[in-house]
Amino acid sequence: MPSVTLTVNGKKATAEVENRTLLVQLLREQLGLTGTHVGCDTSQCGACVVHVDGNSVKSCTLLAVQAEGANVLTIEGLANGSELHPMQAAFREHHGLQCGFCTPGMVMSAVDLAHKNKNPTEHDIREWLEGNICRCTGYHNIVKAIKAGAEAMAGAR
Amino acid sequence: MYNFDYSRPKSVADAVKAIAGDGDAKLVAGGMTLIPTLKQRLAKPSVLIDLGGIAELKGVKRDGNAVVIGAMTKHIDVANSSEVKSAIPALADLASHIGDPAVRNRGTIGGSISNNDPAADYPSAVVALNATITTTKRKIAADDFFKSLFETALGADEIVTSVSFPIPEKAAYMKFPNPASRYAIVGVFVAKTGGNVRVAVTGAGPGAFRWKEAEAALAKSWNPDALKALAVKPDGLNSDIHASSEYRAHLIGVMARRAVAKAG
Ligand SMILES: Cc1cc2nc3c(=O)[nH]c(=O)nc-3n(C[C@H](O)[C@H](O)[C@H](O)COP(=O)(O)OP(=O)(O)OC[C@H]3O[C@@H](n4cnc5c(N)ncnc54)[C@H](O)[C@@H]3O)c2cc1C
Ligand code: FES
Ligand code: FES
Repeated sequence: MPSVTLTVNGKKATAEVENRTLLVQLLREQLGLTGTHVGCDTSQCGACVVHVDGNSVKSCTLLAVQAEGANVLTIEGLANGSELHPMQAAFREHHGLQCGFCTPGMVMSAVDLAHKNKNPTEHDIREWLEGNICRCTGYHNIVKAIKAGAEAMAGAR
Repeated sequence: MYNFDYSRPKSVADAVKAIAGDGDAKLVAGGMTLIPTLKQRLAKPSVLIDLGGIAELKGVKRDGNAVVIGAMTKHIDVANSSEVKSAIPALADLASHIGDPAVRNRGTIGGSISNNDPAADYPSAVVALNATITTTKRKIAADDFFKSLFETALGADEIVTSVSFPIPEKAAYMKFPNPASRYAIVGVFVAKTGGNVRVAVTGAGPGAFRWKEAEAALAKSWNPDALKALAVKPDGLNSDIHASSEYRAHLIGVMARRAVAKAG
């Protein structure tokens, strides 16, 4: 069986996988990181978004073997111990979630946006969320949360 | 997903060796179309040859009067390229509106044109800008490359290495996106190079096609109003749950006029 070695949330991980194993399967089923969700499994909903080498990708649409040597960041890697990441704190403060299923992907997409665009407008945020689907909130509070989270991230720097 | 072997060659030469003689081998670029296809068990490749490790296939460079984009250049890198933004801003604009950020972070120009989805954005730019596709075997003119629904002139063991876009005087792309996927329900790319005008339509037919009446009208007068009197016939255009062929025919005119206005 092929083996992959990658860095996940700052720690080296090595696992035996099949060539067809998806990155999200490796994360959830083998590394026990179940914060990354599978909403659609058809590359459309964004619940599975993680960062690979600093960019948001859909982990249901990447083979684990394609992530060999990569630096992967999942929702579990954001908080600093018990202190929430500013984007997570903003989602809590602004009620950016209801059932929470889409939230890990939303937060990972939002953090990627805030890294690339320090001061996103509401329009920028709504365009960026094109690939993240939420069936509960109507997006309004997600957008508010991301605006506040991006400001907090810029301020913390 | 059926299982498969996997190889990640480091050079184009090694990729050519890997694919030669194995009719069931399949190339994978960004995987944004291929992996969903494999999940649906619509393909059963013997081996996936991942082009992701080949540095020579990535990047944008200026070559005289053209911008040459490596096959493995991601949509996000075309959208952000200072070379593309200054020489052909319409192309950077097109790339920046493909799908969503996560798709743009993986999907490639080579994968998009080789796949030839009838609703994909890039084929319209390739046709309207009269680009040349370079493969491991030959150079192919845009007008000869796209054959039909998901079909191109590529042979089974032929790899796209780059696409060369001549720099136009004026160009713009307008699409009416599917609100869920952002694929084009209708997209129109207009380009003017010297006295030559090309208008390419995507999303409306079995593949990107030229609207020659519009080209002739715009060559006489580069103005949105020059298209007002032209009507596109719905016969043969796509009709599905997203839009009827009549609606698509109407949108072609609207998107073309908006594109000319945008190009200035
Ligand atoms: C949610 C979603 C939304 C999308 N929205 C849009 C959109 O709005 N507009 C749009 O245009 N596209 C859209 N796409 C498609 C996306 O842009 C990808 O570019 C496209 O799927 C193919 O590129 P890829 O690099 O992922 O190729 P892959 O999926 O890896 O490959 C596609 C096909 O091309 C072949 N291939 C790949 N590279 C080469 C090469 N160099 N030479 C020869 N053959 C090759 C492969 O064997 C395969 O058959 C969307 C995709 C998703 C998942
Ligand atoms: S589970 Fe990956 S996009 Fe929906
Ligand atoms: S909070 Fe329920 S799907 Fe978004």
